[in-house]
Amino acid sequence: MADIAKPAHGGGGDHDGETRRDFLFLAAGAVAAVGAASVAWPLIDSLNPAADVLALASTEADLSPVEVGQSLTVTWRGKPIFIRHRTDKEIEEARAVPLSELPDPETDQARVIKAPWLIMVGICTHLGCVPLGQKPGDPRGEFGGWFCPCHGSQYDTSGRIRKGPAPKNLVVPSYKFDTDTTITIG
Amino acid sequence: MAFQTKNPVIRWIEYRMPIFSFIDHSVGSGYPTPKNLNYWWNFGSLAGVALMIMIATGVLLAMQYTPHVDYAFRSVERIMRDVNYGWLIRYIHMNGASFFFIVVYIHIFRGLYYGSYKAPRELLWMLGLVILLLMMATAFMGYVLPWGQMSFWGATVITNLFSAIPVIGDSIVTWLWGGFSVANPTLNRFFALHYLLPFVILGVVVLHIWALHRFGSNNPLGIDVKGPQDTIPFAPYYTVKDYFGIGVFLIAFAVVIFYLPNYMGHTDNYIEANPLQTPPHIVPEWYFLPFYAMLRAITFNIGIPFTGVVLIEAKLGGVITMFGSILILFLLPWLDTSPVRSAKFRPLYKWFFWVLVADVVMLDYVGSQPPEGIWVPIGQVCTAYYFIHFLILMPLLGKLERPKPLPVSISEPVLKGSGPVGAAATAQPMEKA
Ligand code: HEM
Ligand code: FES
Repeated sequence: MADIAKPAHGGGGDHDGETRRDFLFLAAGAVAAVGAASVAWPLIDSLNPAADVLALASTEADLSPVEVGQSLTVTWRGKPIFIRHRTDKEIEEARAVPLSELPDPETDQARVIKAPWLIMVGICTHLGCVPLGQKPGDPRGEFGGWFCPCHGSQYDTSGRIRKGPAPKNLVVPSYKFDTDTTITIG
Repeated sequence: MAFQTKNPVIRWIEYRMPIFSFIDHSVGSGYPTPKNLNYWWNFGSLAGVALMIMIATGVLLAMQYTPHVDYAFRSVERIMRDVNYGWLIRYIHMNGASFFFIVVYIHIFRGLYYGSYKAPRELLWMLGLVILLLMMATAFMGYVLPWGQMSFWGATVITNLFSAIPVIGDSIVTWLWGGFSVANPTLNRFFALHYLLPFVILGVVVLHIWALHRFGSNNPLGIDVKGPQDTIPFAPYYTVKDYFGIGVFLIAFAVVIFYLPNYMGHTDNYIEANPLQTPPHIVPEWYFLPFYAMLRAITFNIGIPFTGVVLIEAKLGGVITMFGSILILFLLPWLDTSPVRSAKFRPLYKWFFWVLVADVVMLDYVGSQPPEGIWVPIGQVCTAYYFIHFLILMPLLGKLERPKPLPVSISEPVLKGSGPVGAAATAQPMEKA
């Protein structure tokens, strides 16, 4: 292109093959590229959660009707939250396991605020199914916690992954006790 | 053969925009086609028919369907019960997806058997694979629309695959969902894309046919056309053969639509989506099962032996394996080192082709079974074999195998008994063919 431009415009003839036209062409191209990139981001970001979706931030739950050994499921941001009132035996089992046996090592103490109340996002960390174990008749797997029917992940009484394809423990959301028997999640 | 007509209207248009000669050149008498094509060559035009059926019924469904989590399931039930012939249109669309995949899978295996992916048709093959990927995305998102239990949980499991990507995986999943779980924003965008993608497919089909016409169809002998004596015009010879194939296809399709409309579906999808309860056994549609089986085959982390260092977690390994099973097909034209196209003349490959077919059918079955017991190792062996076939056997076979002698030309074996192509046979091919 430069070769063609040279005789026609004469301009930058001294600079071997480079002309003002080349410079303008590159500069305009660079501005266009930056412009296109900066318009792309709003378009991509429009698909992220909108303000009203983000606003559905917190959920309250009343724990008083949940007896020892019972479970409750509530929703938070469209996800199930498992609330389990654990028995002493379940707590003991969870605390007796050496960390070296865990695929995702975490102590039971680090996963609860009050030992009897285990509160977790009820979504398998493999591919997002809801594990079984909340209802009395449900299979709970070899470790007495939760069993994911989708691809067979097994969680213990602290909701930690013990066996199967899931890589991580069930997630503990941020929550706080408002009173002795009510919590706010999120 | 140049396009000619006496019709004044056609001539008027043709002079201003030569569309009729273009069509004639693409799928008419102006397109010379190898004269030995067998019925496996019907499946390309069948795939085109299936796409048309899907677009026609899809547009009609979209006029009755509501893409909102509170109404989607109800609107589909209304289509089934209240809309005039709504049940028919939906059953055509629902089973049409399955038939579309049957046709395309046969079309692909036809290509594998006769070596249609080899030079100079590599790009044609790759465009076909792009169509397959787009079809998969379209069918996956379409299946979410009726908002049944399988819709919801299928969408959840498949979108969660992206969370396996290191570091940015979770942000990508949130971005795909437009929220913190599969919910209304997800359903909305899936509907928009489900409407859009079939037209993108249509565009790629045009490119696919463009690439096809550069060198013309391959044929069961896999040898090049040597001259006009090896070809016949596409119209009327192959148009009429395609119509016959379409007739057979429509009969089979009608049997399923009218007598077995839910045979290929899952009863769970007639239960409205419930984000708090996963059905006991999640299974994708049958056409995804081989890939689903490969996803689940990777149950182990991949790392440096004896050090406990994990390089690829099982979850990511499964995802890589699943996508890899299709991506590897893009490399096939170069992995196959044999200069001979058709398996007819490849005494070893011929057998390995059928082993591969059996392997994929087995994977389909494994994918439908719960991931327990014996199904896990069977799935792993079949997955390993799939990759061995393409990565090891294909490069080796081309070197080890002694192909049978190729015929001199397409005309020679077609006009059996006439010996080497004689002058008489070449001069008047139409009378004999
Ligand atoms: C490549 C072509 C297409 C494929 C493979 C495909 C596939 C599917 C599938 C598998 C379903 C779920 C059926 C069910 O179980 O109920 C579906 C639903 C639907 N599709 Fe498509 N589709 C295609 C083209 C289209 C087009 C072009 C449109 C609209 C213009 C469309 C509109 C719809 C609608 C509204 C539904 C929801 C109603 C229902 O579930 O029956 N589809 N599609
Ligand atoms: S989603 Fe739970 S095991 Fe796969």
